[in-house]
Amino acid sequence: MAARVASDITEGMVVNLGIGLPTLVANFLPPDREILLHSENGILGMGPAPPTDQVDPDLMNAGKLPVTLLPGGCFFHHGDSFAMMRGGHLDVCVLGAFQVSAKGDLANWHTGAPDAIPAVGGAMDLAIGARQVCVMMEHTTKTGESKIVERCTYPLTGVACVTRIYTDLAVIDVTPHGLTVVEMVDGLSFEELARLTAAPLRLAEG
Amino acid sequence: MINKVVASPEAAVADIQHGATLMVGGFGTAGMPAELVAALIDQGARDLTIISNNAGNAETGLAALLKARRVRKIICSFPRQSDSYVFDGLYRAKDIELELVPQGNLVARIQAAGSGFGAFYTPTGYGTLLAEGKETREIGGRHYVLEYPLHADVALIGAHRGDRWGNLVYRKTARNFGPIMAAAARCTIAQVSEVVELGALDPEAVVTPGIFVHRLVQVPASSRRVTNG
Repeated sequence: MAARVASDITEGMVVNLGIGLPTLVANFLPPDREILLHSENGILGMGPAPPTDQVDPDLMNAGKLPVTLLPGGCFFHHGDSFAMMRGGHLDVCVLGAFQVSAKGDLANWHTGAPDAIPAVGGAMDLAIGARQVCVMMEHTTKTGESKIVERCTYPLTGVACVTRIYTDLAVIDVTPHGLTVVEMVDGLSFEELARLTAAPLRLAEG
Repeated sequence: MINKVVASPEAAVADIQHGATLMVGGFGTAGMPAELVAALIDQGARDLTIISNNAGNAETGLAALLKARRVRKIICSFPRQSDSYVFDGLYRAKDIELELVPQGNLVARIQAAGSGFGAFYTPTGYGTLLAEGKETREIGGRHYVLEYPLHADVALIGAHRGDRWGNLVYRKTARNFGPIMAAAARCTIAQVSEVVELGALDPEAVVTPGIFVHRLVQVPASSRRVTNG
């Protein structure tokens, strides 16, 4: 999944990879493309994790894990960082999700369970701010329920903001004509995919 | 002579009042002014409202303040972390009030206070639980939520170097909330690793102009309570 997402990130793009599953995308970015990773705590041009003996506690990513800075990379405060996000300066963000609706509504910050401790971070800013909002998630929950739904039942992160969904089964675009299947894993039929998806799907033309 | 350098963290926080609203810098532990927070715990101010991105890690910094039951309310974006058990316990026991704010709105509300704005419209959070009951407006075909500034009585921030006029530079991602909080509080107190002579900071590279800083105290990195402050 991470490799498939990475293959769509093209030369020169500025990208924010959300905490969790999307972080893996960094491992698959083609080395021949110059791609700038943004981290909302104030890095542009973020590099991979350092060797353990070179960890700098002042150089962390948004997940509070140690990272490095590439030559040409820079630091900035949160005001600038969220201007980059909210102001439409990021080309792509990749986020995890609990649910995505047929209209591209995103739910990824809170299950709404009464005993859950809510935490939102920068998810809502990425959802409304990045030019392309990609979701990377398992197609179904552990109990087999579709994470792609007609309407989200979990609290929303953003309204009609998702542009593309990458799952372990398919790549699906959110379009004005509805959810459009761009790709499916080998051996999966459209009928089978539709059966596993709780929202109407259509096949991309051509 | 203008000299904002204070002798100790204890002296720097001595006059913080019960019931004060405090901004505390840091993203996780990077930039967290741990010695100022420790001094505040010893000082004893209670019923505090804290504005910070997180709600503390393990039992250091902000988490220690929470554990000492000095905080009535916290305004933050990401309280839940792998080691936020102090906050988690207080929240589940309803012993602390939480105002959860999307991170970019937290940032913009702090900046609005520092910049003198009365309010602003933001697209972040529109149509979500965190915008419920708030005024909205459609501008240029897009939906926005009205958000108000967040002011503070005191900001506690961490920086790398500073001079006696209060000019500050930061180190790597420890910069995070320091510059915006400094502008939003009536009294900004910075803990720095090193106080340097006037003129020693490159004026082209000063991140926080001294006008936003009222007190600074030197806490060498080697003597910090947590190494990653």
